[in-house]
Amino acid sequence: MAKIKSFAELKKIKEQVQTRVELREKGENINDLIQIKVAMATCGIASGAREIMNYMIDELASEGVDNVVITQTGCMGYCYAEPTIEVTIPGKESVIYGDVTEAKALEIIQKHIVNGEMVDGIIPATHKTIE
Amino acid sequence: MANYNTHVLVCGGTGCISAESDLIIENIEKQLVEEGMADSVQVLKTGCFGFCEKGPIVKILPDNTFYVQVTPDDATELVKEHIVKGRKVERLLFTDPETKEKVSDSKNMDFYKKQLRIALRNCGIIDPDKIEDYIARDGYSALGKVLTEMTQDELIDIMKASGLRGRGGGGFPTGLKWNFAKGYASDQKYVICNADEGDPGAFMDRSILEGDPHSIVEAMAINGYAIGATIGKVYIRAEYPLAIKRLEKAIDDAREYGLLGEDIMGTGFNFDIDLTYGAGAFVCGEETALIHSMEGERGEPTTKPPFPAESGYWGKPTNVNNVETFANVPVIILKGADWFASIGSEKSKGTKVFALAGKINNVGLIEVPMGTTLREVIYDIGGGIKDGKKFKSVQTGGPSGGCLTAKDLDTPIDYDNLIAKGSMMGSGGMIVMDEDDCMVSVAKFYLQFTEEESCGKCTPCRVGTKRLSELLELITEGKGEMKHLDELKHLSRVIKDTALCGLGQTAPNPVLSTMEAFADEYLAHIKDGKCPAGQCKNLLEYKVLEDKCIGCTACARVCPVNCISGEVKKLHVIDQSACIKCGACMDKCKFDAIIKQ
Repeated sequence: MAKIKSFAELKKIKEQVQTRVELREKGENINDLIQIKVAMATCGIASGAREIMNYMIDELASEGVDNVVITQTGCMGYCYAEPTIEVTIPGKESVIYGDVTEAKALEIIQKHIVNGEMVDGIIPATHKTIE
Repeated sequence: MANYNTHVLVCGGTGCISAESDLIIENIEKQLVEEGMADSVQVLKTGCFGFCEKGPIVKILPDNTFYVQVTPDDATELVKEHIVKGRKVERLLFTDPETKEKVSDSKNMDFYKKQLRIALRNCGIIDPDKIEDYIARDGYSALGKVLTEMTQDELIDIMKASGLRGRGGGGFPTGLKWNFAKGYASDQKYVICNADEGDPGAFMDRSILEGDPHSIVEAMAINGYAIGATIGKVYIRAEYPLAIKRLEKAIDDAREYGLLGEDIMGTGFNFDIDLTYGAGAFVCGEETALIHSMEGERGEPTTKPPFPAESGYWGKPTNVNNVETFANVPVIILKGADWFASIGSEKSKGTKVFALAGKINNVGLIEVPMGTTLREVIYDIGGGIKDGKKFKSVQTGGPSGGCLTAKDLDTPIDYDNLIAKGSMMGSGGMIVMDEDDCMVSVAKFYLQFTEEESCGKCTPCRVGTKRLSELLELITEGKGEMKHLDELKHLSRVIKDTALCGLGQTAPNPVLSTMEAFADEYLAHIKDGKCPAGQCKNLLEYKVLEDKCIGCTACARVCPVNCISGEVKKLHVIDQSACIKCGACMDKCKFDAIIKQ
């Protein structure tokens, strides 16, 4: 590690390491943030859920959207439509999207997450989660 | 870099480590590897979460799920259920004692609801061994700001305006103390961090050092800039091996990053820190004794003035602050004096960390705004008294403090209120006592402590504490006389007025405050020969009740000194002259036929 030579340099390092604790700080306030749950059971993973999740994490970061928490969850039961993701905006009913591709994920981020408009691909929710 | 989407925080405080939290981490990591998720889930060892009663604590983020009393065997289930399948493991969630409902978000637990964490801001969030975690939480930004944007006077003015007072017990305004040390010109000055935490049952400073060591390193450097010192020393108890290890790592890492050493952040300011180990003598928490101990002399206090600000370590101007005081400094710089001064009560600003111990449901480490009432601390945060017993007293301020009673429960806690009530803030130990605790014995316990810890330099303390504890011993043995009460009071006053340092001057406090609040209990011991709490063995009598004893012989068989006689199916009798009052017979009896009176 090279020595920090100025306050500006410390600030730059802080920017770089910010992500280390961001997830923890967000988690503390999870109820005020938009939550995206990615179904990550065997069927989901086989259909590419992990890639979609990583893609969304990267995409949200590059779009500078920081009010979203992405978590993984178990099989939601919609194996016919994997990968599936559940989007919950605080105070609103959650919405489930099926057959999420990278293009679809991008559309969800740009329209649903940022503007609050729902996009095609919503599948009817047949389950409720007990908190 | 691995793309972590889940963080698992496992408490790495001393309490949780002794409950095998290291093994929990190991097992979780092993299971993650097995599930092929090692590079998407990060497992971190953090500082103390404070909820020691329910440790070891495991917190999973971002789902914000707080698991309690986790064992190494639970690791597999946590990974398979929570992390792989996204289902919370119900049985490991905290159960609200009132509603019996499971609570997964710690913010909804009574224990955390009323807390405000400033000094403990990073404990349970960052990995104390990772300087990057600290930097990400604005670490060293306060130092950067001070070095690039402030003069020494501007910095000291902020500290003064914040109203921060010494958290080690004295409550002296920190800004003023810094100003004194700055005022004396010298070729060399020193900053000392007092980490000689000695009150029985107190572990605030240890937890801060274990959970957030960099905050102390940063604050000491800020203090160095303020007074013009280039060398910092931490006087830390050798009995705190984990705190020492983490602090040493923090100092090394800071040095490597150029945040300690020469020309810090290119500003030309030099500052470095090293450690001195204390041998655990209570008196070495007193700043002059501490300095003597660091110089290799006997740990004995000397009269003030001269104060360390004028002539301290090796006769040079020195500023000594306690760990918790330092932990507040970087936040005050970043958030401003006004913000800090808006928290707390009129004369006591900010928050205070307390170590809750004794007969309380939620033993642990808490931080509350000054001015929170004892009732809120004991009942809301502490969850009330263990086993549904009745609250009797709370001891604050350690051996120098006093006992507060039920009538003080609604007193807002701050420096001045506690002194007005005959106790003191002290460093933050809070020992809760219930109806089974004998107050004379409590006073005796503290006097025996100070008697042992007295350095012996001045007569009032060396001899006086011994005489006090002898008098208390007589009373608890049933040999007390009324004149002993006057002697206790008189002697206490003499010691308070004539002892050399704080240790002696405050040593009689536990006697005076218990005599004041529990006069009837002292009288019961002396006049009636009874201990109302049933603690003083010499004043106790175990008796077999005639109408309840069925003559099962169980008590006679368990008695270690064979002092219970009686034939089968006939009344048994205890020979009082031989009884050692161990209580084994009473525990054994299934018919409640043996009573203690």
